[in-house]
Amino acid sequence: MKKKIYLQNKTVKNYINKRLFTLLAFSILFIVACTSDSENIQNTDVTVLTTFNFTHDWDGALVTNSDFNNFQFTNQNGETISIERLRYLISDITFTNTDGETIELDTHNLVDLTNGNGLNFSPETKISTGNYTNVSFTFGFDNEDNSENYIDLNSASFNVPDMLGGGYHYMQFDGKYLSSTNNEEGNFNYHAIRAADNPGPNPTFPQDTFFTVDLGPINITSDTNIEIKMNIAEWFKNPNQWDLNVLNTVLMPNSAAQIMMFQNGQSVFSLGTVSQ
Amino acid sequence: MMRSKLVFLNLILLVSFSCSNEGVGYEPVPAALEIPLIFSDNIIPPVIPNDNPQTVEGIALGKRLFFDPLLSGNETISCATCHSPQNGFSDNTPTSDGAQGVFGTRNSMPLFNLAWNYDERFAWDGKELSLERQALEPVQNPIEMHSNWDDVVTKLNQHPDYPELFLRAFNSDNITKELAVKAIAQFERTLISANSKFDRFLLGQEALTPEEENGLNVFMDEARGDCFHCHGSPNNPLWTDNIFHNNGLDNEITDLGLGAVTGDPSDNGKFKSPSLRNLAYTAPYMHDGRFSTLDEVINHYSEGLKSSPTIDPLMKSLDQGGVQLTPQDKADLKAFLLSLSDPSFINNPEFQN
Repeated sequence: MKKKIYLQNKTVKNYINKRLFTLLAFSILFIVACTSDSENIQNTDVTVLTTFNFTHDWDGALVTNSDFNNFQFTNQNGETISIERLRYLISDITFTNTDGETIELDTHNLVDLTNGNGLNFSPETKISTGNYTNVSFTFGFDNEDNSENYIDLNSASFNVPDMLGGGYHYMQFDGKYLSSTNNEEGNFNYHAIRAADNPGPNPTFPQDTFFTVDLGPINITSDTNIEIKMNIAEWFKNPNQWDLNVLNTVLMPNSAAQIMMFQNGQSVFSLGTVSQ
Repeated sequence: MMRSKLVFLNLILLVSFSCSNEGVGYEPVPAALEIPLIFSDNIIPPVIPNDNPQTVEGIALGKRLFFDPLLSGNETISCATCHSPQNGFSDNTPTSDGAQGVFGTRNSMPLFNLAWNYDERFAWDGKELSLERQALEPVQNPIEMHSNWDDVVTKLNQHPDYPELFLRAFNSDNITKELAVKAIAQFERTLISANSKFDRFLLGQEALTPEEENGLNVFMDEARGDCFHCHGSPNNPLWTDNIFHNNGLDNEITDLGLGAVTGDPSDNGKFKSPSLRNLAYTAPYMHDGRFSTLDEVINHYSEGLKSSPTIDPLMKSLDQGGVQLTPQDKADLKAFLLSLSDPSFINNPEFQN
């Protein structure tokens, strides 16, 4: 009897031990699996801060707002230029990884060289470390973003009139020029917007004039500063040699001028120093 | 021995509290700005300094100070003398005469929507870097209120009402000029104008006339008025960029404006873009009040521009004197501009003495 009890007890113990073992084994497996997963996540999904630093030059010579209000730049067409205001919009910074996946940051930044605002921009979203085959951004807004209402840009009076389709300037570049022919002074308002025809209640849009700027591959290993360079001279150079004697003011409703700006803008931006 | 020490300490504390009027546990009642929908939908929130939150008592004190001639040396003029509610908190003369009858050199700036001046540069030349600091200046300016803050603070301390009003507003029985200007700034931040005909049009509550509608198009058309680059748009209901421009008033710059403040010659002749709200009440116009009518202002931009080294590149067609508006466009532009005036603002009982 006693033995039986013992046997029974032994059976119960074995039963319990088996159950415990199974439970323990599953638990360990589960814990190991979880641990392994979280370690994997930590290994592959370290996120870091990216900061975009916008610098400006005139064919390689650094331009800051201390260079404004002086006739000290000469464009391809021979006009001497004084820069008085330069601000522009970038949006949708996009990282493309080696698998071809893209991480698009639905954000925008108004760079204002005139007062030094927006020259260093850190998107709130952190980026996973790793190799990226391309980092890009949109100059201006794509049409979808351009149809939204942005209180920061409204507050900065960066709007485009509804008669031209509304939305926002892509760039406001104002200054003065001395004519290459008679040295007479004139104003210019090189304002880039979405090209529009038939200004009024129902404008039409001949082609998109926002564009994507590809900065190329960047390997991100830690918090990263990415310099984006704007060569201001390029706005007047390539492929259209810009003649300020002809195209100076009232360029917003001039869709042909807008398309030329779009074309010239393709070679304006480049990747500068990347530091981590 | 120990017990007698405690009794003595309690007595000291009791006497200390009795001597101070500062209320234990008392706090002024917060009074958040009532932000119009048309502002909250379109522009970033107002600037309220962390060290000067809006309170019911602070605003009431500020209003009392704003209308009180006690702030001037000979107690003849108050802030409201040159910033009259009926004139959009401006003056109806080109420049204003101060307590001694001496006229200044600048037109009295209208006061409204000041909390949305994000860069916090106030006055025509941007010399005042906050609303509080701005309020310090006229009191001690010899051709304005011709007083000094020491005298004003003494008078406030001796006044039958003000010590109690300061205590309620700031929980302090120490009246200072800093607290006085904080109160004035609180009141000024409540001066919000957002109920013009055009505001109601934007809210779908009222229609524009065909003339006003064309005037808006002139305003927004880069090939005609091109006013929007400096003066806002339906998306920026402040109707100013709060930035400084040389708008082509003179060939020779005699009043340096912002240039005298920054010391930068490229700022010479630049003055703040005023808001276009309430133009019906704020004549005369420009920093020196040189234009007595809106027609003169429009004519200036149409054919009266004068070149100078710092003229803003947004001033177009300089060789023709301006953008050459047609008589019809001028009339319609004026009609549109007047639709930005807000009678409920100048008649708001909260803003009257």
